[in-house]
Amino acid sequence: MADKLEADKHVRYILMAEKKKESFESVVMDHLRMNGAYWGLTTLDLLDKLGSVSQDEVVSWVMTCQHESAGGFAGNTGHDPHVIYTLSAVQILALFDKLSILDVQKVSSYIAGLQNEDGSFSGDIWGEVDTRFSYIAICCLSILKCLDKINVEKAVDYIVSCKNLDGGFGCTPGAESHAGQIFCCVGALAITGNLHHVDKDLLGWWLCERQDYESGGLNGRPEKLPDVCYSWWVLSSLIMIDRVHWIENGKIVKFILDCQDMDNGGISDNPKDAVDIFHTYFGVAGLSLLESKNN
Amino acid sequence: MHGRPRKASKPEEEAASAAKAVKLRSLQSQFMTNHHDKIYTNEAIELSTKLLEINPEAYTAWNYRKLAVEDCLSRIESDPNLVNSILDEELRVVESALRQNFKSYGAWHHRKWVLSKGHSSIGDELKLLDKFQRLDSRNFHAWNYRRFVVELTNRSEQDELHYTDDMINNNFSNYSAWHNRSVLLSSLLAQNADGFMPNERIPDEYDLVHSAIFTDPDDQSGWFYHLWLLDQTLNVETPLLTSSWPSHGSTVSLSGAGCLNGSSSKFTTFCSESGSFPLILYFDQAVGGVSSSTVTTDSELKGNGDLVWEPISYKNSQVSCVWVTHLKYVSSDPCEYKVKIRVGNSPGIVSSRGHNFSAPYEFVFTAHVHDTVKDSQEGIVSWTDGFDIWDAKSKDLNSLITLDQLEAEIDFKWRQEAIDSEVECFGILSDSKIGKLTLARLLMAREAMVSDDAVKGVRYEEILQLYNDLMALDSSHYQYYKDEHSVAFLHKVTSSSESLSRHLFRYRGMNNLVCLRLNNLSLSRIASVEKLLFVQMLDLSHNELHSTEGLEAMQLLSCLNLSHNRIRSFSALDSLRHVKQLKVLDVSHNHIGKHSVDTTRYLCSSPLSNSEWSPDDVGRQNPGLVTKYWDAYFVLRDLNLKQLDIAGNEISGNEFSSFVLQIVPKLVWLDGQKLGN
Repeated sequence: MADKLEADKHVRYILMAEKKKESFESVVMDHLRMNGAYWGLTTLDLLDKLGSVSQDEVVSWVMTCQHESAGGFAGNTGHDPHVIYTLSAVQILALFDKLSILDVQKVSSYIAGLQNEDGSFSGDIWGEVDTRFSYIAICCLSILKCLDKINVEKAVDYIVSCKNLDGGFGCTPGAESHAGQIFCCVGALAITGNLHHVDKDLLGWWLCERQDYESGGLNGRPEKLPDVCYSWWVLSSLIMIDRVHWIENGKIVKFILDCQDMDNGGISDNPKDAVDIFHTYFGVAGLSLLESKNN
Repeated sequence: MHGRPRKASKPEEEAASAAKAVKLRSLQSQFMTNHHDKIYTNEAIELSTKLLEINPEAYTAWNYRKLAVEDCLSRIESDPNLVNSILDEELRVVESALRQNFKSYGAWHHRKWVLSKGHSSIGDELKLLDKFQRLDSRNFHAWNYRRFVVELTNRSEQDELHYTDDMINNNFSNYSAWHNRSVLLSSLLAQNADGFMPNERIPDEYDLVHSAIFTDPDDQSGWFYHLWLLDQTLNVETPLLTSSWPSHGSTVSLSGAGCLNGSSSKFTTFCSESGSFPLILYFDQAVGGVSSSTVTTDSELKGNGDLVWEPISYKNSQVSCVWVTHLKYVSSDPCEYKVKIRVGNSPGIVSSRGHNFSAPYEFVFTAHVHDTVKDSQEGIVSWTDGFDIWDAKSKDLNSLITLDQLEAEIDFKWRQEAIDSEVECFGILSDSKIGKLTLARLLMAREAMVSDDAVKGVRYEEILQLYNDLMALDSSHYQYYKDEHSVAFLHKVTSSSESLSRHLFRYRGMNNLVCLRLNNLSLSRIASVEKLLFVQMLDLSHNELHSTEGLEAMQLLSCLNLSHNRIRSFSALDSLRHVKQLKVLDVSHNHIGKHSVDTTRYLCSSPLSNSEWSPDDVGRQNPGLVTKYWDAYFVLRDLNLKQLDIAGNEISGNEFSSFVLQIVPKLVWLDGQKLGN
């Protein structure tokens, strides 16, 4: 049972993972290295250790992932562009305060070009629609300060059409509420000043009931297992709608700390599983939201 | 990593893993070459099949396959057999990828893409879905794909509803099935489809969901469905006017800035420097379309042409429960004027759900304009001295808190019966958390339906006790039950003129203005504001409030005490920006500045740093301070405060105080000290 955040161990874990490019885990996730880089670097930044990496190396690698003609970024050099990796790329550049090297017009046009008639967003030219992409587009364009390149009103209308009778949001109209999708929809509505579309009490109750009695961890939807990444999705959603006081913070802190690997560093989805960068990031990010004094 | 246990790997395992990595790396680089060189030979396509079998998440490979398919299709002579065999092969690859990872976004989307080509047989898709449902009945990818297939094949909603019947009867603990059911049923009910009349259908659904809740009270699968049924039972679609100020049959005494001389003022006295008084409409749900054509005003008060109605809402929203306009009066023209308001005079008032305000509703009040007295009172307002017990005829109060709500709904009977039956059922489940919570909600619902004053108030004690029980039984959600408790408590306080009168006092310092004192009541949340529109002086000190959400409707509020609460930032006070009459505000001894996380910053109307805002002089001269105290800046600059208390907060200090003096130039009293000269 852990009682504090082993920041140094996690930093070492991230830096080592960054170097281990040829392990099977790394190769099989080659295509989403841009996401992995964002998770790892943001965690380092939260722990005040962003200086441990070579900014120039990272930034120049990020730029090799941008598609010359399309303008969007891929998950790794050579792969196809997609909004998911475009957001991570922009976020990484923002972390290093290097947004100025971007051709903002090019990137924003890539994203704006993916908005559909009904206000939804496709992930790429192949047309998969999901409210995750609505959030990604809105978040990315807001960082680049050009939200006016899309039809915000229609984007909001589409997100609202994905609102369910339990107050939550799904990936497409009629899809089941899921904490990850809720974070995306509530986040997009927050950025665009449209939180009045959310029934805060109804959604707040649904979200606060994600807490598991025994472990104190949060799950993503009813009758599922708790998972550290929901510490972020559920918690930040609750904060945005001012209902975070409906959940017990102390228990979540304890759950996240228990998910640390005290030997190798890193955080996993639950205390028994193997760690990874994804859950390390969400665990640390969740703790920062909880104003935890444990770091 | 989901499903991968945490354990140190043995050297044999590491060696095997390294070999796999080398193989995959080689496969990936060969694939990339094919993709970049646009090579779509059978051999190249087969390579991508191998890659996707090992790694279904390699999204670029799915893109490549789509390009390969399009390339192939463009070269054959649209021979249906050839087309089908190409597309069938794609479906086979998807199925094999899904066996590796049945949650792969790329695989599911590829399948949808193939089916959209229009050639493949769809009959097998439902069979495939059944297979996946058996593997994992909560797989939302499968449920989404099911919706996609249903739309493509035009399967009826009734058939799909039967499918959810099967799923639920097989295993009630299937939230995904209940969710789907709610979507289908709400659509059928909205259409008034055959056999889907709410008064028959909803009671049946209650019976169905009981099986889920009563079998295992800790299983959440049925909870949210039950709550939805409750909402369907209670909520009348047609928007109604809940309350107004001035209220029907009341007399409002109006005067100029000086206020009345000595005479004990009644409830409905209003003094204004601007020579106008607000007219407030409070609806039971958010509506749009309130204007001078949909709400007509008939009076002899001079100077009131076409009135401008405004919704009290967030910046972007054109709908609200609360609408306000202002009627002008001339205090040098003392007289009694009758004012007749007709709400819904012409169609146009529509709820945010799309339902029209029904029959026009008329109310009448009298505006009694008085002469102004030159002697104005500019002393400091004290919250502790100068209060007398209020002592007036209760019928004055009655007219203010009795809600003259029309019962436009004919089908009231089935709703009441449904609630009564549920109350009986859940009385049996009274030991469990969901039992107590549902019972509390049902009793609250019943209170809202009962109009007989004598019967009201009796069951509030039971509701409050249930929430107290829940705070102990489910301590993780203590604050949720606390908030509900506060709401029920305020409903109780405002349920009768007798209970409300115990909280009313007269403040001598402002010509016996009526003050509502709700201090020291452990209130964590504000409620029942629709019954408190008359309030001009409100003491909410020594409570547990962290936000002023709800107070925006109190358009007459001029003095507000929020000291000794749990306010964490000025953004939590954003709703006060709508309260233009506010002159006296006490937020001393709160938690402003204590927390790094601001839970109300996205709810307030203030723009985020990436939006446009035009700084005023203060903003231009002090950009650093505006950034540091941005929420205080946006909230305070919109208020016309004369008296402000901010001591006892983490943010308090010389820097903040001097910043405040710049933003609020008309301030006379700060933290009890007179300013100026």
